[in-house]
Amino acid sequence: MTLDEIRARLLAGIPGSQVEMVVNGSPSEQNSLLVDRQHGLKAALLLRDQIQLDYCSNVTAVDWPDREKTDKVKTKQIVDGVEKEIEQTIKTMVPGYLEVVYHLFSMVKKTGPVVLRMRTANRTDDVALPSLTPVWRSAEFQEREAFDLFGIVFEGHPDLRRILMWEGFTDHPMRKDYVPPPEDELELLGEQ
Amino acid sequence: MDQDLKTELSKHGIFATTFEELYNWGRKNSVWPLTFGLACCAIEMIATTMARYDLARFGAEVFRPSPRQADLMIVSGTVTKKMAPQVVRLYNQMPEPKYVIAMGACAISGGPFRDGYNVLKGIDRFIPVDVHIPGCPPRPEALIHAFMALQDQISAQQLTGESRPRHLKRELPSEFPVPEFGEHGLEPPQNDEVFHNPLKVLQG
Amino acid sequence: MTPAAEDLMEISMGPQHPSTHGVFRMDVRLDGERVLRLKPVFGYLHRNHEKIAEAASYLAAIPYTDRLDYLCSMTNNWGYALAVEKLAGITVPERAEYIRVIVAELTRLQNHAGMVGFLLQDMGASGTPLMYAFREREKVLDLFESLSGARMMCNYMRFGGVRVDCSAEWLGQAAKLVGGFSGFLDEFEQLLTGNEILMARTQGVGVLPRELAISAGVTGPGLRASGVNYDLRKVDRYGVYDRFQFRVPLGEHGDVFDRYMMRVLEIRESLKILEQALRDIPLGPIMDPNARLRGLRPKVGEAYARIESPKGELGFYLISDGSPNPYRYRVRPPSLINLTVLEDMCLGQNIADVVVILGSIDIVMGEVDR
Repeated sequence: MTLDEIRARLLAGIPGSQVEMVVNGSPSEQNSLLVDRQHGLKAALLLRDQIQLDYCSNVTAVDWPDREKTDKVKTKQIVDGVEKEIEQTIKTMVPGYLEVVYHLFSMVKKTGPVVLRMRTANRTDDVALPSLTPVWRSAEFQEREAFDLFGIVFEGHPDLRRILMWEGFTDHPMRKDYVPPPEDELELLGEQ
Repeated sequence: MDQDLKTELSKHGIFATTFEELYNWGRKNSVWPLTFGLACCAIEMIATTMARYDLARFGAEVFRPSPRQADLMIVSGTVTKKMAPQVVRLYNQMPEPKYVIAMGACAISGGPFRDGYNVLKGIDRFIPVDVHIPGCPPRPEALIHAFMALQDQISAQQLTGESRPRHLKRELPSEFPVPEFGEHGLEPPQNDEVFHNPLKVLQG
Repeated sequence: MTPAAEDLMEISMGPQHPSTHGVFRMDVRLDGERVLRLKPVFGYLHRNHEKIAEAASYLAAIPYTDRLDYLCSMTNNWGYALAVEKLAGITVPERAEYIRVIVAELTRLQNHAGMVGFLLQDMGASGTPLMYAFREREKVLDLFESLSGARMMCNYMRFGGVRVDCSAEWLGQAAKLVGGFSGFLDEFEQLLTGNEILMARTQGVGVLPRELAISAGVTGPGLRASGVNYDLRKVDRYGVYDRFQFRVPLGEHGDVFDRYMMRVLEIRESLKILEQALRDIPLGPIMDPNARLRGLRPKVGEAYARIESPKGELGFYLISDGSPNPYRYRVRPPSLINLTVLEDMCLGQNIADVVVILGSIDIVMGEVDR
């Protein structure tokens, strides 16, 4: 089944869902499907039961911080009484989000990969996503790792706690804006 | 006693030595290590004890799993901050005289993973180390060299006087404080009585 | 009848334990000797390999991949090189593909022999099978050292080929090793496979049902011991594996004995692949002439590539944003995913069996924690 057919099946099978195709620029040609988080669990169940993608191989979390987008826009302005075309640079802030990518394969039909993505609303307070552990058991430890290192809260996970760092640790180290405490020999001397 | 007299006597079957030499000879030839492998260097440590580079012929006959029965802790592999309290606890449980070999770049100073948020930059931040072996991983021959260097250190120790080793001086501590897990790292990040910042030493 | 809570014993096995294959801890709740609950705790070797690789360039991350599964550095390198080649669209010449297959299968030989040695050590055989396995491993490591310069951390594969060519003498030495290996395996099997103690301690212990194995993402010999025919060398046919004749052994019961036999049978299949590869290797270049190693800037995009490493499916997921460093670098560790079912396999068993079951999964902490 091609990715377009899978997308059509998802849209037909789950009313109200939004499934977009994210095109991949590299020669690997592994395009992915972006599913909205309210219907993530239903989409996963459909993929497992109807399209027989019974093996979830990899669960990755990605951090996309807020970034500034600069656009150069040509506008017409009146300067010294004469209408001229001037190029203006407009800077807009594109809000950041956290993203989870699932790589799905089919062991029974020996096909794949089908790449599924889900995004949170922002990086600060609304970081919840549905957990796909009830669908594929292999997501259990990997979602715990995404919670530990990125801070994404998976609703419906049977045992969501830190897996690689210790329990009292408060930071999320794999985020792009994490700053480690000073411990180098130079830092200990007060210089940096 | 001069050497010629010693050789003359030994030809007649009389062996002369000092108490210190005998004590150290017995100690250095029966150093029993603790089974303490953390990472990749542990595999080279296991290879050193296998049939090709046999470490047992130097006296490290058995690797004891319990720290109460071991003399030597070979810290082989990266010490992470999550593991550091356990390493210090094991060191505290070993009875005196005890020695530490820091095997590999990671145990000496953090190694290739030094920039890590979970990596302790060298085990000598918390416990005193006797021999350091560089390498990533050091070859089995390098570990045997380190073992022999440790044996030389032991045989050079004097039993009386100011320069006697730590286990014969009652006022020196043999147990070191265990670090706690903090919110951003270990508390304290290093033990200032044990850790000698090399840059501070250079500055004087 | 479940006893009252105060009659249960909670012990923590590890992180310093003679049989836990590195710094691994298990919190076990026992009723006498039977396991009621088992929670694995890891992170004691978390060296944040992924963050370091995101700060370094694509080429600089190759030595760090050696230290993931530190027994099988060649296959780790291959997985990463495959991912970057998919991401940047680099092709590999034929001789390099054959060399890659040869070193990967040699890695599989020494890894499976070591696994059997460690499993028997955990069962109490006190080192002798391990000594035999390490004797053969030293021969393989000698070959790696003369080829790449290092015994364990080989740092050998590059994007578009391999770093150094192998000589005809090296191929002759490898052929000699392969010829003698089946004699060693026969000696090993004579001592072990029909051994009463091994059979009594491993048959029926730690059964992994087929559906659970698929859902939990177990891969490698553990999956095939439960009867699922999924070997990436046959499914994805990466490299030049489709040119070799070899079979995929499958197990029936999914217990520890099947997982042990899986390793032995896979060694025999690897020997077949090695004989064919050593016979058919062509002459030619070992590196793609158009490949750029330093300053590699792949186009914006992402790629996921996977190989059949001796532990299972090792995958690398890379996201590139056009700069010389990867934006997101992720390792799919087979040992971590295979541990998902440890609790299910150990429930109801004795605590002495927990050690044997853990040994049969074959984990390496460098890969679990990265």
